[in-house]
Amino acid sequence: MASAAEIARRDEQSKTRTRWLLSAPALFIVFIAAIGPLFVMLAYSFMAKGDYGDVKPDQFSLDGWFSVFLQRDIFDDTITLADAHLSILWRSVRLSIITTLATLALGFPTAYFIATRPRQTREVWVFLITIPFWTNLLIRTFAMQQVIRNEGVLNTLLMWLGVINEPIPIMYTDWAILFGMVYVYLPLMVLPLYASMEKLDFRLVEAGYDLYAGRLAVLRRIILPLVKPGIVAGSILVFIPSLGAYVIPRVLGGGKNLMLANLIELQFGAGRNWPLGAALSIALMLLVLVAMLVYVRNATRSGSGHG
Amino acid sequence: MARARFDIRSQPGFGIVALFTFALLYLPIVTLVAYAFNASDSLSDWGGFSLRWFYEAAENRSVQDAAWRSLIIALSAASMATIAATMAAIATTRTAPYRGLSFKYAFINLPLMVPEIVTAVALLIVFAKVKVWTGYNGLGYLILAHTAFCIPFAYLPIRARLEGMDESLERAAADLYAPPWQVFRRVTLPLLRPGIIAGFMLAFVISLDDVVISEFVKSGGQDTLPTYMLGQLRRAVTPEINAIAAAFLVLSVALVTVFFFINRKKS
Repeated sequence: MASAAEIARRDEQSKTRTRWLLSAPALFIVFIAAIGPLFVMLAYSFMAKGDYGDVKPDQFSLDGWFSVFLQRDIFDDTITLADAHLSILWRSVRLSIITTLATLALGFPTAYFIATRPRQTREVWVFLITIPFWTNLLIRTFAMQQVIRNEGVLNTLLMWLGVINEPIPIMYTDWAILFGMVYVYLPLMVLPLYASMEKLDFRLVEAGYDLYAGRLAVLRRIILPLVKPGIVAGSILVFIPSLGAYVIPRVLGGGKNLMLANLIELQFGAGRNWPLGAALSIALMLLVLVAMLVYVRNATRSGSGHG
Repeated sequence: MARARFDIRSQPGFGIVALFTFALLYLPIVTLVAYAFNASDSLSDWGGFSLRWFYEAAENRSVQDAAWRSLIIALSAASMATIAATMAAIATTRTAPYRGLSFKYAFINLPLMVPEIVTAVALLIVFAKVKVWTGYNGLGYLILAHTAFCIPFAYLPIRARLEGMDESLERAAADLYAPPWQVFRRVTLPLLRPGIIAGFMLAFVISLDDVVISEFVKSGGQDTLPTYMLGQLRRAVTPEINAIAAAFLVLSVALVTVFFFINRKKS
């Protein structure tokens, strides 16, 4: 007869097997249609470019990575910085940072406002934030287009009020992309901010006032440090999709104000330079990874700081 | 009292910014829906109230096809994602940490961290090859891709529900000599149902909304509603697209509202 320990061991073994069997379908699907292709793309970034798109799989080449930042002059072979790519990279990073700051400026007071409502009404306000969040991104982008077009609501309103005489052209500028991104990603800032403010202990605020701190001092010295995890989480949640935004710049920026995602698409389409497209994609992922690492470092530090 | 009483919670100006935020969030959507009822041919001139563009959209062959395709993909992808996610959630919750647990967790949630465009072009590369090798060009690629990115969305609410569930009922059933399968079917599954429904609906909405991955994975003539709209936006825009967007929006909002109430009853 098997000993009790033997039975327990076998039981544990069969449990482990069941757990792996149960998770196998999810792991398999995620692998073949999400993670596996990333490795293929990584490999593509080190291959020579094919003549009509695609790659030459038997030729190792660093050209893809080379052209992310540099370009070789076709006449005299001099190597210079790839201005076109760098300007698009810079636009992506800059617009993403401004979007993050703008959503923070709007989202912080909004989240604070919701968190200080009575418990019953709070849920309704949060629900009002979630509705636009779950509305199709393309539809929201299109809705923003309706607002900022030359004949759109904004210009019509401003002209009717007599603020301006002629419509301000916003569409197909960086402003249009910025407005679109702020509008689309705003809920991503408000929700984590609200989550951390909801837990805020207002007795600490009261204590601050009792010790004769002014409103600004209370905000800066008490509220801001306590909700910092929410600020960091919201900023990351807005910054990452902004950096990879594809639909918003395509619809609101027209063909000329590209961001990283559009540049990547271009390499797989008209550019017919798949290794470069693959290298740019990996570069985008690395940027996202850096942002995540900053977040994780911040989260662990503030976590240990507050006990 | 020396000091005047004031609401310690309020911060000057915050209310105004909050109201501005809500106005900002809703003004574009409301405008879009309002103009869907515009009778005129132009996007900006108001020509009176009419359902004309809804009829035109509903009778448009391409719109019908795209809507059907979106629905079929979302239903298949959300169903498969929910089944796979439920199984994975059962394997990764309410257990002592075991080797591979955090690996599974990270693996399943990874699609959430990768920018959509990166997944999209990676799938483009791989599926382009597979399409040539197999000669198969059907909806399978879209369904597979959608299933993959829906899995984390289905997984999260199911896992959350499982973690909050008391194990004593299942133990009681086992003590009463119910075999494991019966315990699962008669006790675990009914308790888990709200989580599964929430996960399915989340996955369904996410699949329905996807633009980027569909745009890169689809073969010719396989437009979904969002990719059809994206294509139309590049051409001359008619109020028809307002009508499609408005109908789509109402559907999403209805789904999310139901989702919200299911989740609220739970807590």
